[in-house]
Amino acid sequence: MPVRTRLRSRRTGRRLAADAGLLVVAAAFVLPLAWVILSALDPHAGLRVQVPDGLTLDNFDAVLKPDITYTPLLNSLILCGGGTLLTVVCAALAAYPLSRFRSRLNRPFLLTILFATCLPITAIMVPVYALFVRVNLIDTVQGTIFFFAASQLPFAIWLMKNFMDGVPKELEEAAWTDGASSLQSLVRIVLPLMGPGVAVVTVFSFVMMWGNFFVPFMLLLTPDQMPASVSINDFFGNRGTVVYGQLAAFSVIYSTPVILLYVLVARRLGGGFALGGAVKG
Amino acid sequence: MRLRRTLTRALPLTPAVALLLLFLAGPIAYCAYIAFTDLQLTGQAHSSFVGLENFRTAFKDDAFLNAVWLTLVFTVLSSLVGQNTLGLALASLMQRASKPVRTVVGGIVITAWVLPEVVAGFLLYAFFRREGTLNAILDWLHLPTQNWLFTLPILAVSFANVWRGTAFSMLVYSAALNEIPKEITEAAEVDGAGGWRRMWHITLPMIRRSIGTNLMLNTLQTLSVFGLIWVMTRGGPGNRSQTLPLFMYEQAFQKSMIGYGTAVALLLLVVGSLFSLVYMRLLRTEV
Repeated sequence: MPVRTRLRSRRTGRRLAADAGLLVVAAAFVLPLAWVILSALDPHAGLRVQVPDGLTLDNFDAVLKPDITYTPLLNSLILCGGGTLLTVVCAALAAYPLSRFRSRLNRPFLLTILFATCLPITAIMVPVYALFVRVNLIDTVQGTIFFFAASQLPFAIWLMKNFMDGVPKELEEAAWTDGASSLQSLVRIVLPLMGPGVAVVTVFSFVMMWGNFFVPFMLLLTPDQMPASVSINDFFGNRGTVVYGQLAAFSVIYSTPVILLYVLVARRLGGGFALGGAVKG
Repeated sequence: MRLRRTLTRALPLTPAVALLLLFLAGPIAYCAYIAFTDLQLTGQAHSSFVGLENFRTAFKDDAFLNAVWLTLVFTVLSSLVGQNTLGLALASLMQRASKPVRTVVGGIVITAWVLPEVVAGFLLYAFFRREGTLNAILDWLHLPTQNWLFTLPILAVSFANVWRGTAFSMLVYSAALNEIPKEITEAAEVDGAGGWRRMWHITLPMIRRSIGTNLMLNTLQTLSVFGLIWVMTRGGPGNRSQTLPLFMYEQAFQKSMIGYGTAVALLLLVVGSLFSLVYMRLLRTEV
């Protein structure tokens, strides 16, 4: 057999082997996911993956109530929306001079930011709690929003700066000669040109905050203020026996927004996601 | 004049810098301070400076040493071995797989990653419970079942972390593998190098920077996992899955010893900083 044909047939064989291998791994990954979807629709959901004996939306009906679902989701939206807005605005402003002007301070600043990106935020939650008690920010929504924004900022600035570097400077120079200020050229020229980049930073910050458990768990005390990431715990313990079907239904409702947001951004940027860029620097 | 220009240009940085100083640098500095005091949550008007007492106590405390050991086990098993190897395996299999399989598998693995931490923890809790899916499968295969969260809690939470975190490595490695020129692997293939040899002698050396950064980031992520373990085991049974973040929380809040808990936090922060510095060295040419 000529080398070419031999290689090709070997390649087909390898493709089948790779497919089979991947599907086995995917099967292991899919089991917990299958459980949550099947149980949410199952009138007699238990803890194992099983084909429901009849489909029902009762579980969703049972949890779609103000105190169980709407209030926690609204709280999540306020916390994460506020935190994300603050993060994106501050990051866009901060990235502008870092990307546009040369200064001896840029490098040390960026290195500090990169360093902060990697710090385990979990570790500082106890001192943050102690500090918040001291300055009366404990159990306040705004305090939690500020901390969310601060913890997400290093990564957001880093990412935003990298995207901004991709916008050619020449386009602004014309605006500058026409007398536009930096702020005007940032808002009117740079940000619109890096729309996908801003979208990535926004979605990424939002998704990180939406799923974060430890921060609101530590900084908020009043049950009425709890976001969904913390209120999901109420399904255990407090209400007596756990109704697994309802817990699964709630998990589905709570997870759907971030999955949709991720899909939206991933599509726009191709499968690799911009994280690759962040990791490479 | 020049100073004024510099200041005007730096003006947009102020909101970010203010937030970072007040809510990130501030707490870290405060952390470094109260770690050396005997601050408690209740029943104490003033705290006093106790020097290295908290750290001395920690290194004599069996529960602390247990948490250090479990953190090590958790990190090595789930991050270094699990996420890293599985991520690389998935990425390299995807290079050869057909497109529909690639899309489906990528979608599933990434969904596990995007899910909120608590939901992931809860799904894996259901998976490992005595009545859960894993035992159902083992039973079906006529293999012995057990109460995983009781017998091997640290293994169960490590597996959960692999389930949740592998997507990140997969994305990093997919990007890295895509950058290897096709000609190089094809040349090696024509020369008769088998799959493993190509992996060892060509692929791995070429992506070693990605391996380094990925290991760093995975380790840092894993060091600070709290919610996942909290939901699955609360650090139990006893303290058999109590990693450092959970130990810190227990000391500070359930035992009201904020000073001691913070000392543990400071140690965690120092370890994290060291990893962070190594990571920056790996990236140093690029800033």
